[in-house]
Amino acid sequence: MSLLSPPLRWLAFFACLAATPPLLRLFGVDGGGAVQIGALNDIGIYLILALSLNIILGYAGLFHMGHTAFFAVGAYASAILNTSHGWPILQTMPVAGLLAAFFALLVAGPIIRLRGDYLLVVTIGVVEIVRIVLLNNVFDLTGGANGISGISRAEIFGLRLTTPADLFYLIWAFAGLTVILCSLLENSRFGRALKYIKQDEVAAAGCGINISLYKIQAFVLGAFWAGMAGTLLAVKMRLVDPESFTFSQSVMLFAIVILGGSGSIAGVVLGSFLLIGLQEIFRDFSQARMLAFGAAMVIMMVFRPQGLIPARRRRYDLRGLTGVFPRALGRRGGAEGT
Amino acid sequence: MQEFLQQLTNGLAVGGIYALIALGYTMVYGVLKLINFAHGELFALGAYLGFTLLVTLGLSDFMGGVGVVFLLLIFAMGLVAIAGYFLERVAYRPLRQSNRLAAVVSALGASIFFQNAMMLVYGTKALVYPGGILPSVVVSVLGVEIPLIRILIFASSVLLMCLLFWFIHHTRTGAAVRAVSLDQGAARLMGINVNRIISLIFLIGPALGAAAGVMVGLLYGQIRYDMGVGYGLKAFTAAILGGIGNIPGAMAGGILLGVIEALGAAYISIAWKDAIAFFTLILILIFRPTGLLGERVADKV
Repeated sequence: MSLLSPPLRWLAFFACLAATPPLLRLFGVDGGGAVQIGALNDIGIYLILALSLNIILGYAGLFHMGHTAFFAVGAYASAILNTSHGWPILQTMPVAGLLAAFFALLVAGPIIRLRGDYLLVVTIGVVEIVRIVLLNNVFDLTGGANGISGISRAEIFGLRLTTPADLFYLIWAFAGLTVILCSLLENSRFGRALKYIKQDEVAAAGCGINISLYKIQAFVLGAFWAGMAGTLLAVKMRLVDPESFTFSQSVMLFAIVILGGSGSIAGVVLGSFLLIGLQEIFRDFSQARMLAFGAAMVIMMVFRPQGLIPARRRRYDLRGLTGVFPRALGRRGGAEGT
Repeated sequence: MQEFLQQLTNGLAVGGIYALIALGYTMVYGVLKLINFAHGELFALGAYLGFTLLVTLGLSDFMGGVGVVFLLLIFAMGLVAIAGYFLERVAYRPLRQSNRLAAVVSALGASIFFQNAMMLVYGTKALVYPGGILPSVVVSVLGVEIPLIRILIFASSVLLMCLLFWFIHHTRTGAAVRAVSLDQGAARLMGINVNRIISLIFLIGPALGAAAGVMVGLLYGQIRYDMGVGYGLKAFTAAILGGIGNIPGAMAGGILLGVIEALGAAYISIAWKDAIAFFTLILILIFRPTGLLGERVADKV
């Protein structure tokens, strides 16, 4: 593990991924590996969603089990803009994100002061309300139980994305971008404030952090990203319907973040591969697939309660410091100390 | 008026069922600060075990009427209580010292496990409770026609709740349960066996859930392997509505939710039934952030 520095490790990881579709074709896996690539596409979308949830749940420590609601708003926004207004699907992405963010602002405003489990059940309620609104075809926009179909294929610079492998590169490029932005966020002023709120709200408020404001910002940012992931779902499925956005999907995302290691990007990546990938692998058990999956979830949690790759606490490099310091702190500068 | 009272009695019957399930959530939360997401599945398991006892083992052939229902409740409650006991031992006890959310994810895994186990054993199709166990009599109270079964269900859920209330407030063991939920460390110092109390709670909560499961089978006649999710979510909402961790709160929240839902379905729209329940929850929490009967918690520094 320590052979490569962290950025290089990520580069190696994404290089291996990028090489997967050609390799699958090269080794003549059935159908050019369409099944495997399809599974990887699913994992990619879940990964993007889980990383955006990680901002809210992992960094800020808000018990949020309703992330699917934001995902749904984004996917439906893209689908409507594309089918009714003829926008190219990929250009709807920023609008999808903004609408989801706006929705999050509306929802989070009144409920942001709720404590832990109260917030959890309200966010579950929001998912259910969104699903019912979509199902009942309010505003006559969402197509009711059938959803919206006939979304056009995505085009990049005149290149039509038709095969699963094309989508693979689109989804994983976006996932890569998400990883980079999240790691920048993690150590930014904003990210550190969120982590402080998670550790100790009262102390954070005492240091001048506006708790409610930061929490709402975390919600809005996470929702913005989830909304854009919604566009990717619309691109991939070319159909959106209410059954794609269930409570159990929110549960899966929650489990990915906690089981992977809340607040840890590498943990969330591993969690997405494990939880979404396991469901594919357990397909051989057919009927008992989800039985084995549930048991695996319990077992993993019992043996790794802190998550598979727990977040490391931020460390400060003190070697460069000089001046009067207690002996234990500075290596060079501590000598003249008391 | 007639319509209103009809819907009200319907709401009370469903509300009693919600309240019974909500008690399981709230009691576990009271001692472990854990949302037992597998509780909805234990409720569904109660309904299915009731079905097995009635149909496969032919309990309904031996006796008729209320006697069968009584036996059915006792057996289903006992069996599901055992399941609840093992659930705690396997999935929650090892996580007692760790992060709260770890136990929540373990609970979610257990819920998926139970749900699929029931699907494998009983199949994906809805099963039909045999009719005619309880006479389908309609009682006329003050000019309102109420099916007898609603009255029986509401009465038995209230009876169970009274028993629980008596147990918690007027027995030695009940005092121990209250002590553990106030402060586990202090309770241990007072010589209370905390592990045993927690096990006891995982016997009582699921047993009440199982009773609710049998009642749903009798009231609606149909059970499905995934009904635990919907009912569980509603009951959990009810527990939060009343103030989670608070036993009278869960009872009040459950009955209130049942009534609001029934009236909302009748006067607004049946398609919006579930949404109405959650809207109510959000509205109430905006004005009372810790539920109707929940205590206000001060920030500790």
